[in-house]
Parts: sequence; C-alpha cells; structure tokens
Amino acid sequence: MSARTARDATPPVEREHALALLEAMLRIRRFEEKCAELYQAGKIRGFLHLYIGEEAVAVGAMQAIATDDAVVSTYREHGHALVRGVPAERLMAELFGKANGCSRGRGGSMHFFDAERRFYGGYAIVGGGLPIAVGLALADKMRGDARVTACFFGEGAAAEGEFHEALNLAVLWRLPVLFLCENNLYAMGTALERSESETSIAEKAESYRLTAESIDGMDVLAVEAATRRAVEAVRSGNGPYFLEFRTYRFRGHSMADPELYRQKAEVEEWKQRDPIAAFETRLRAAGVLDDGDMARVEHAVASFVDAAVAAAEAGPWEPVEDLLTYLTSETP
Amino acid sequence: MTTMTYREALRSAMRDALERDPRVFLMGEDVGLYGGAFAVSHGLIEEFGPERVRDTPLSESTFVGAGIGAALNGMRPIVEVMTVNFSMLAMDQVLNNAATLRYMSGGQFHVPLVVRMATGGGRQLGAQHSHSLEGWYAHIPGIRVLAPATVADARGMLLAALEQLDPVFIFEHATLYPMEGDIDEQAGAADIDHAAVRRAGKDVTLVTYGGSLGKTLEAAATLAEEGIEAEVIDLRTLRPLDMATVLESVARTHHAVIIDEAWRTGSLAAEVSAQIMERAFNELDWPVQRVCAAEVPAPYAKHMEDATLPQAAQIVRAVQEMFA
Repeated sequence: MSARTARDATPPVEREHALALLEAMLRIRRFEEKCAELYQAGKIRGFLHLYIGEEAVAVGAMQAIATDDAVVSTYREHGHALVRGVPAERLMAELFGKANGCSRGRGGSMHFFDAERRFYGGYAIVGGGLPIAVGLALADKMRGDARVTACFFGEGAAAEGEFHEALNLAVLWRLPVLFLCENNLYAMGTALERSESETSIAEKAESYRLTAESIDGMDVLAVEAATRRAVEAVRSGNGPYFLEFRTYRFRGHSMADPELYRQKAEVEEWKQRDPIAAFETRLRAAGVLDDGDMARVEHAVASFVDAAVAAAEAGPWEPVEDLLTYLTSETP
Repeated sequence: MTTMTYREALRSAMRDALERDPRVFLMGEDVGLYGGAFAVSHGLIEEFGPERVRDTPLSESTFVGAGIGAALNGMRPIVEVMTVNFSMLAMDQVLNNAATLRYMSGGQFHVPLVVRMATGGGRQLGAQHSHSLEGWYAHIPGIRVLAPATVADARGMLLAALEQLDPVFIFEHATLYPMEGDIDEQAGAADIDHAAVRRAGKDVTLVTYGGSLGKTLEAAATLAEEGIEAEVIDLRTLRPLDMATVLESVARTHHAVIIDEAWRTGSLAAEVSAQIMERAFNELDWPVQRVCAAEVPAPYAKHMEDATLPQAAQIVRAVQEMFA
C-alpha cells in the first residue's frame, strides 16, 4: 500500500496566472522578511513563526479554495491569511498589537482571524484546529451547503490524538474537510523520523480510508493542481481528502531558535529548491517572465509591505479600559 | 404542573429545542441507539433521526471541538460528554478554543455551544467516575457554568443555555437523574444569572449547589429542630457567580458555611469564601466555614466513599460549632 505520489509534470501555465502566483509568494516572503526586521527592532514581540520557504503551499492551495469555503490554520499562518485576502494592513497591525489589527490586538502572530473571509483562525495548540474544521464542515453538511473547510496543519499534528480522531470522524461522517498537511520535516526541533514510527503522513492518513496524496510542496503549480482535484472531490460529496505537502522552513521555528537540531548543509540544500526562485527560473525558461516583469512585481510587493507597516505604525492602541471587551456576549 | 424526573426534564428541554430549532442537534457517546449512558436522551434518535442525534466515537476532544466548529458555523449543538472525568480529554478544546475564540478574535466569532455532562460521586464508581471538577471549569473566563439542582432547573437552565451566544457547560449531578419533582412543562428558559434562596433563615447562610443541595436542606431541617434557622442558597450558576445574593444573606445572618462536593484546596468553595471575606468581612461573627470532599481520589467501598463526601451530619456539626 502506498499513498499516491504525484510526480507528473504540471500543466503549462498562462502568463497572467503565473505572475499572480509569483507575486502572491513574494508578498509572503517580503512581508515576513519585514516582520523579522521589525521583531529585531522591538516593534513585534511574542512568538513569531515565519513561513519563509513554505510559500508555495499556501499560494498554490488557496487558488483552489473558494471565497465561500472556510479556512482553519495554525500558529504559522501569516501566509495563509495573506493569500486568503486578509488585508496586510490588518495583519501587520495585529503583529504590532494595535486596535486596527485583525484580532484587535488580542491575538498576535499566532491568532489571526477574519470572519468576513471565513478565516477561522490560527490555532497554536498543535492539532487543535482539526476538530474545529470537522465541526465547521459538519454544519455545512447538515444544512446541505456545498462548501469546503480547508484545514492546514503541520506534520507534528500527526503525533497528536486529535489528528486521528478528526480524520476518523470526518471519514465516518463523510464531511467536506480538506486536510492540508504542511510537512516541513520538523515539529519545532524534533525531526519526523525521531517522532513518527511511520514517516509517510499520507500513508498514515490513508489508513482512515480516505484519498491521500503526497505532493511536492516546493512546486506551486503541483500544489495548485493537487488542491484543485482534492477540492473537486470534497465538494462533490465524497467526504474528506488529504494532501501532504513536502516542504521546508528556511528560518528557525520561531525567532528564538538557534537551530541545534539540523545541519546547515541540509538547510542549504533545501534552499536550492526555494519555491519562489524555482518558479521564477521556470517562468523565465518558458519565456513568460523577463527582468522588467520581475522588477514590476518586486516594486508592487514592496509598496504592499510598506503600506502594511505604515498602517500598523499609524494604528491606535486599544484602550486598556476595553480589556474585558469581547470576552462574552455580555461584554460586547 | 406535572411530576417528572430530573432526567426527563433534561430530555423534555432537548426535545423542545430539537422540535423548535433546526440548528439544534445532539452529539456524544451513546446518545443515540443506547439512549444515553444515563438514559437522558432515551428515544430521541427514534424521534429525530441519526442526523440530529449523533452517536460519536470515543473521541472527546474531537466531538467537543466539532461542537465548537459547528457553533462557529451557525448551528446550536448540544454535546453530551458522559462524565466530567472523561471531559478532561477535551480540555484543550474547552480552554484553548471554546473559551478563547470570541476574545482572541476581537469579537468576530462567538461559540453558542452547550456541553452537558454528569458530575459527582455517591454511586461507588471509584476514582475515575466520581469527581466534581466543575470548579475547574468555573475558573475559566469566557464560558458560563451551570449546575441545576432541581427538576425545574434541569429543564429551564438547559433551555436558557441554548439561548446563549457563549459556550455553556452544564453539570448534572449523577445522583439527581432519578429525582422527581414538580415542573411546569410549558415553562421556558430559566433565569441563569441569579442564585436561588431554597430555604429562608436568619441565623446562618449555607451556600451550595448541585448534588449537595439535598444534603444541605436536610441539615437545615435538623438545625431548625435545634432552633437554628439556616438560609440555604443554591448558587445554580457557578460562573459568573451571583455573589450579591450570598452577600445580602450573610449581611443578615453573619454566619456562612459553604458546602461543595469538590476537593477543598483551590475550590469554588474557596472562591466564595474569599469573596465573602473580601466584601463582607465586617458582617461576619464567625470565620467562614467549608464542608468539602476529603482530599483523596474517590474510593469504591461505600463506607469509605460516604466518608469522603460532605454529609448532612457534617454540615450540622459545622454550624453547631459556630453557635456552641
């Protein structure tokens, strides 16, 4: 038995879509590089988990997820929120702890929310978002809404009981959940082979009798293609679907990580497969991208990030008298 | 007025809610074909079908989490967790998600979830089925904690819980299920903001809730024979606490005893006691006393279990010492 591994060449991509994918990945990269800088400057505090290296997963997957679908994410969710369309100004303001942040300064980096875009949040207890996704999908199914709930989580979640409970229940009740596992090989500092008896997360998932595929998560087009067929299957009422994206985080787990648990050579090797550089090279080779395009994209992304920082800087602080506001419906 | 059991009162509330509101559904372990571990949901699957009365696998964390997700997405789930000891498996979802999502999202989401579970000892079920951990829940901001002690409250508080926009946890003392009482079947949601004075008295305030109410009323009757008139307050809602009712009583009686089947250390009884001390110290003629469970895992043998739980005789003794 083996989970399906998609190795096939991805379809040719038309120029406009290719540029959009490239820009979306660059937005995440540059936004987060700025976050790291602002962290050093003391503007952002707390935990900051960067997604750099994994951009192809969020960007590729989100192409297939409709605006009416739901998204559940993790504490490493800046990329998911950005591609989902949560305004970067509100994200950066949240990182600053400002009142114009997407969680009004109450969430921080790990807890972005946007009800309007059905972005149900970053969950910072590993595996904790999976049961929530099951419930979101259950509500849709009970009402007969043909909506999908996309649930992102890392491979570390596969060691949690909630992973197994949630997969089991989603299959048992044929719920429209799209399980999206970002396998970056490390649960904080613990390598996959040091924590899992079965290192193929897709095969683990398959034992719950759902379709599971393992996909190259450094290839944005492969991610998009796989997610499109997965979403189609889920939306047609066949129950949940599982995609494992093999990816890698280029930075530490959080800003405080000295990376004692992995070899520099390994990081360098993965950086050779940088999803953005690889895509750029591919587009240039295909003749759909030139220096002028690249400069325009970089310029647009820089303005995008600058605007986010400016809004965060300008944003007001939540009055401390409002500390209890939003705790319950009695403190609206 | 009609007579029914606590168990039937809970069922009648669920039946009404299921009939009235298509968003309501029930899920949990053995709530369907088995009829519920305590037979609370007996017959509901036949009436409402397996879509709305859902048997779940033994996955407490995931079916409580799924209740949160369904609530976020417009439903009004009732989740039954068989007992409070089992609910520890779902504590991540309770504390980290149900209680936080509204606040953490800056008010964008709310979680209108109702979770019911059995609590308490007295049935010789040993150390993994007998504890009273509702005080732990009452520690958590962002949720509401209810402990119906009467048949009327079993129905009325569940109906009220379903009207809330915030997560509500209902603790049903397992010895109460067969208890009979009079109830107005047409009565709707009960008040869940206030404690209830179950017996008026002028000499001492006995504060309790849930499964200890009966024993406390029994103690009050004994004390009355000795000429001590005890006022008995049923807290009903454990979070947020209605301290105004307690403080008003203490201001008249100048004596207070708290009866709580949970362990004494760090308990709800400690919280009530502390608030009386903070807010009514000058009214007290005697230090606030507590009658709580012995600090051991619940033992099996009847004589040993009886010795761990607050009993009427202990309550009587605690009061007698104040007036000796």
